[in-house]
Amino acid sequence: MAGATTLRLGAAQAIGQTRFEARAATRETALVKWLILGTALTFFAVFLLMPLIAVFVEALRKGWETYASALVDPDALSALRLTLLAAAIALPLNLVFGVCAAWAIAKFEFRGKHFLITLIDLPFSVSPVIAGLIYVLVFGAQGWFGPWLAEHDVKIIFAVPGIVLATVFVTFPFIARELIPLMQAQGKEEEEAAVVLGANGLQTFWHVTLPNVKWGLLYGVILTNARAMGEFGAVSVVSGHIRGETNTLPLHVEILYNEYQFAAAFAVASLLALLALVTLGIKTWIEHRAAHAQHDLHEGQP
Amino acid sequence: MSIQVRNIHKRFGSFIALDDVSLDFPTGELVALLGPSGCGKTTLLRVIAGLESADAGQVLLDGDDASGTHVRDRQVGFVFQHYALFRHMSVFDNVAFGLRMKPRGQRPTEKQIAGKVHALLDLVQLDWLADRFPAQLSGGQRQRIALARALAVEPRVLLLDEPFGALDAKVRKELRRWLRKLHDELHVTSIFVTHDQEEALEVADRVVLMNQGAVEQIGTPEEVYRRPATPFVYGFLGAVNLFHGRVDGEGLRVGDARLPQQARGFGEGAEVLAFARPHELDIVPDAGAGEGIAARVSRVLAFGITARVELDGLNGAQGQHFEVEITRERVDRLGLAEGQAVRLLPSHLSLFESRQAATTAGAAR
Repeated sequence: MAGATTLRLGAAQAIGQTRFEARAATRETALVKWLILGTALTFFAVFLLMPLIAVFVEALRKGWETYASALVDPDALSALRLTLLAAAIALPLNLVFGVCAAWAIAKFEFRGKHFLITLIDLPFSVSPVIAGLIYVLVFGAQGWFGPWLAEHDVKIIFAVPGIVLATVFVTFPFIARELIPLMQAQGKEEEEAAVVLGANGLQTFWHVTLPNVKWGLLYGVILTNARAMGEFGAVSVVSGHIRGETNTLPLHVEILYNEYQFAAAFAVASLLALLALVTLGIKTWIEHRAAHAQHDLHEGQP
Repeated sequence: MSIQVRNIHKRFGSFIALDDVSLDFPTGELVALLGPSGCGKTTLLRVIAGLESADAGQVLLDGDDASGTHVRDRQVGFVFQHYALFRHMSVFDNVAFGLRMKPRGQRPTEKQIAGKVHALLDLVQLDWLADRFPAQLSGGQRQRIALARALAVEPRVLLLDEPFGALDAKVRKELRRWLRKLHDELHVTSIFVTHDQEEALEVADRVVLMNQGAVEQIGTPEEVYRRPATPFVYGFLGAVNLFHGRVDGEGLRVGDARLPQQARGFGEGAEVLAFARPHELDIVPDAGAGEGIAARVSRVLAFGITARVELDGLNGAQGQHFEVEITRERVDRLGLAEGQAVRLLPSHLSLFESRQAATTAGAAR
């Protein structure tokens, strides 16, 4: 018995194992281990894995033909186009804003800095429905700018601009929130070094600041994209649900479901789920690369 | 290039970092700004570089007021304590950075840049590391690369902010010597900030001692070490023993003890601070009530050429600790042992009036 333990430990050390769990002194009893693992895995299966499987199972319940026809339906295609369009507009806007805000907050001292940080978090703390309502109140027919907009024949609410605005609002914080702690942790020294060496502001940003935060930035972009494609609440309020015109994918799913077209609803939902899975895949890859870069950074340090 | 700072004031909130500092740095000298942390030395360096703006006062570079000149146009080289190398660039790209950022008209060709970078890497003896990334280098190597990077743009002055502060003792000593050698070759006006007195005394042509945002003394390393101008400098540079005494007739009274030193220039009964280096104290056997400060031997460290004796004060000097450096023969002749009661007799004392000095000396400890 004792011999076996020694052997096992020896083997573990031979492979170069330094894992926490591999050390006898820090190993939990089997009961505790399985209790913790079991709880985590059960939750994972019931709340995450099962719904995902259910989406695909329900989508394919009536066969591939129904599935395909639900996806090539003109309304579904138009919803897909609108979803991609909203994401394609919201993403660059938030990219520019997020980088600017993070740069300003992390590298400069100014009055009202904490107010700005709080403001950036606003879309996280406000319910998306309220966010949509704000736009209706401002740009709607009875809103502040409603009469003026009607006069100049500009349609924002119940039209594509409103959907884009709502999407921009709810995805506002992702990139800035991702970059601020990263930039703060990196400090200002490299930028100072660049300026002393004669670089101007733009050169410093492009050659020093941006390369240092590129993984964090990509991660923020991925999160923004995921949220932009999946947003329901705020978009629902400003959309008006005009089929083939102002329906995004999530809204289209809801309409199909309310009309008892379950297979079609799940088919479109599976499309969203696929988009989400691709996003997650890219995110994981980025995290892996970032961790790798981090590892390179620390390797060989005294 | 010469540097002058005139009446510089700088405060951070209610903290006064620099209080009316005026200094001259002549061309080609290597000057150390030495002082405890928080004394304003780094702030002064950053003000000279332009990384920090002074609340009042002027920085003159070669006689011209540089207050309106942007950091990037001041042509200063700056070396940071934590290197600040661009972590995503190779060593080569780091050193080439300053040259590549020049406006199109003044920018050398890539070939010229490569030639210059390799020459600089040769100078810091690290040409073989050109393709590595900063993370793959040791601390000492990183700081040498940082120096090469700063020199690439041919700065008119070199400013070093605690350049060896983050390195271990052995590397620090090596780089110190190396920096001195480099300066003797290049003769670029350099200022370096340090809190390590040994470093300042060993490397610099001149030492500026700072405390609480003000300059305490300026001089060659020998001057400031041998003739400290203020109690603060005495306490900061090297080991020292401090006695609080009062002028008493021909001599000096410290607690219950009498010292034979004359206190010229001080009035009768004046409170004074008396400083003695460890080698300026002698140990004599305790012969009851005689001259000298009563103390008890707590440790005898006799493994060098000289012996170091640590003592605790007795009677009037209760709670004080003294350090004495004497020859080993003397230790043997006295037969010093732990716990033995002896008396301390200074061969030389530096005296300062107590009232004005007490606060600064207290802060220095």
